[in-house]
Amino acid sequence: MPFKIALPKGRLLRKTAALLQRADWRLDEYHSNMGFYRPRSLKFPGLLIRVFHEKDIPIQIAMGNYDLGICGLDWIEELLVKYPSSNVIKVKDLLYGQNSLYTAAASKSIDFRHNGSTLRIASEYPNLAEAFALKNRLSRFSIFPVWGAAEAYPPENADMVLVAAQSHAEIVGYGLSPLSRVLDASTYLIANRNSWETRNLDNIVKSIFNALPEMSKSAGDKKEVVFPSAAVPASKIAEDTVRLALPDGHQQQQTIELLNRAGIKIEDYPSATGNRRPKIGIEGVVVKVIRPQDMPLQVANGNFDLAITGRDWLIDHLAQFPSSPVREMLDLKLRKVRLVAVVSQMLPVNNTADLQRFIAGRAEPFRVASEYVNIADKYARENHLGHYRVIPTWGATEAFLPEDADLLIENTETGRTIARHNLKIIETLFESTACLIGNKDSVKEKVKSGRIESIIKRFRSAVGDT
Amino acid sequence: MSPAEMAVFHAIKGICRDCFTKWGYREVRTPTIEYLHLFTSAGTLTPTMLGKVYSFLDWDGWSGERVVLRPDGTIPVARLYTESMSGQGLARLFYAANMFTFETGEKDRERWQCGAELIGAGSAVADAELIALSAEIVSKLGLKGVELQLSHAGLIKALLAKLKVPSEEQHRLFDSILDGDAAVLAKVRREIPQLGEALLPLLSVKGQSVDFLSNQRALLLQTMPEIGSSLDDFLKTVAILDDLGIKYQINIASGAGREYYTGMIFQLFMGKEKIGGGGRYDALISSMGGGDVPASGFAVYLDRLIKLVKPNAVLPTATKRILVKGNVEEIFKVADALRRAGYIAELDLDGREAAYILEVKSATLLTLMDKAKSKKTDARSVEEIIKLLEAKGAV
Repeated sequence: MPFKIALPKGRLLRKTAALLQRADWRLDEYHSNMGFYRPRSLKFPGLLIRVFHEKDIPIQIAMGNYDLGICGLDWIEELLVKYPSSNVIKVKDLLYGQNSLYTAAASKSIDFRHNGSTLRIASEYPNLAEAFALKNRLSRFSIFPVWGAAEAYPPENADMVLVAAQSHAEIVGYGLSPLSRVLDASTYLIANRNSWETRNLDNIVKSIFNALPEMSKSAGDKKEVVFPSAAVPASKIAEDTVRLALPDGHQQQQTIELLNRAGIKIEDYPSATGNRRPKIGIEGVVVKVIRPQDMPLQVANGNFDLAITGRDWLIDHLAQFPSSPVREMLDLKLRKVRLVAVVSQMLPVNNTADLQRFIAGRAEPFRVASEYVNIADKYARENHLGHYRVIPTWGATEAFLPEDADLLIENTETGRTIARHNLKIIETLFESTACLIGNKDSVKEKVKSGRIESIIKRFRSAVGDT
Repeated sequence: MSPAEMAVFHAIKGICRDCFTKWGYREVRTPTIEYLHLFTSAGTLTPTMLGKVYSFLDWDGWSGERVVLRPDGTIPVARLYTESMSGQGLARLFYAANMFTFETGEKDRERWQCGAELIGAGSAVADAELIALSAEIVSKLGLKGVELQLSHAGLIKALLAKLKVPSEEQHRLFDSILDGDAAVLAKVRREIPQLGEALLPLLSVKGQSVDFLSNQRALLLQTMPEIGSSLDDFLKTVAILDDLGIKYQINIASGAGREYYTGMIFQLFMGKEKIGGGGRYDALISSMGGGDVPASGFAVYLDRLIKLVKPNAVLPTATKRILVKGNVEEIFKVADALRRAGYIAELDLDGREAAYILEVKSATLLTLMDKAKSKKTDARSVEEIIKLLEAKGAV
């Protein structure tokens, strides 16, 4: 069996590529974030290399899909804090890509042990956030696991965040007060425990070690640092104000066009400076820009009244929480994609009936990888996939097939990416477009419900649905 | 658990229930799924314990608040008292329930315990009642050589208060002791030599009588006057145990238990196996908003007891089993009559052998076969058969 290594895309790609260049790996395609997930090394021609989202790498190593991996310590700890017996060994600190995890809030005067009311914590690191809450004896807390933009949540939508940042100043730049530094992270070489104990990874590991710059670094100061407090008053939103969430990322352009058609003015969206609170030209409405993936949960718990997201994320939310009060208010008919079940072209499976037969004949659990964990879980349950595992992913899911998963639940516009990765679609689950979502129970206030009605009306005429 | 193990399990539970009931305790039941926040408030479970709790989002958990599989028996009962029984004064409650905590490897992650909670009494007599009750259960289970170890949460806390560390750190140290880390107390001993003389005997020597504590008292009060009330409280309980003739070991460092303990802590050991334990938790009910109500309780661990008790010591005499076969129209009626008379009557489905087989040819022609004696007896009615069985002396 060839040795396997998982390399990060995203923020660590450039420096990891530089390190491996110094190590003379001579990789053919590991220099951009654009859709190439299978580089080859001239130095180690037998080595199987895959490129993943950084967050997926500790999980892949723990599962034993890869012998070695390179990723940030933050994501390693996020796994280990919840599953301490995971088969992951931290081999060496590679001393680049430093960042820290901070707890922060809009105000310094936050009362951790406040009894009774719930302290809301938003974070991309829900396990570390929970560990923090337990360690600090927070009596009642709820955790919003978010896909990103956690820093935009306080004070209205969360009391505290746990976020990664380069410095104290970066947190202050978000308009937040750092409360404590919970973890100092840098990039690590990690190994699967069994591989480390039973396979000879010496040549690969040595080539990486030899390429490391010589410098002595004091052992990472892992102790939690608490910052002195200085009270900052929190702003309050009036009862009758409508809170609207707009998407960040590549959906912004289409959203802007929709707002234009609806005759709604908006300033600084998309924002060049990273402003997540653009001004909207409707009285009594405030806007915040967050990840579309996070919107259904935020509407469900009353943090927002309306949000523009994809039906895929709404359905994923409802698969997790069937009695959630979130509803689709209006189909915005933008960004049409299909949610599909995908397998490798090599698999003798063309539909779900084939799939059941295929699974019945094998001993190992069937692996379903998806960004949509709840839809994937429901799909596996309802199709009686027997002994299955859902592997959560954070993008670049196509790279998982065929070695690291057996089936994907993916979205696709044209199907071309899927074909390009030698994959095939065996079923279309549903069609997804952008939609306006709202909370069916939340609005009791009269002025506010009137405002919501009028916003829905303006969008309705903009999409030509009367 | 197999049928044989279940029989022992029920027998042990029955003995516990019988003892509890006779001491005036009444049974309660609490939900298996509870809110996490019930267990996270300071003073309920230590962070280490919380790290092993099964927590998850419920199907309506979009608020982000987690629920857990019940990790502890006392806290839910205290909640039950607070929410629906407070103002009733003294309450003696007991439960038999399963607890869930993560364990690595092959160890059980679900464990059954029988526990009693004595809510509304703060006296040394109340502490002694629980210890005496636990001793009675142990004796009725036929267990010999069970060791009772005593400690006192108030004493441990007072010792930790003497350390020149912030209160957060004291909390952490107290947690480590409760989580069973005895090294922590040794560290305390090293770091505060001024307490050494008085503490050393208390921490290292295992005393076996009230005199031991009394002897230490004067010495301790000199260096730590604030320890007085905890020590006096402890002395009173121990004195009652002496009067009752209950043997014990005083071992302050054996704190192991729950963070909600405020006073006396006791543990039952058989060899190295801990089979039960309990303690006083005077602050728990008030922390739940139930007013200033003192309380204490204990539990015995059924899964460990199953392995330790001798089945014969706890199992009731076996009811006679009779295999009924023959005329289908009659066997249901005949079996029913046997059951009413107190026998186990099984219908024969596969032609098995059994100690007693009753062949029903018709309502008026029945044959009882006693395999042990290789004897067949005919009878003209099921009543006659019952008389025959009674004559054999076994229901």
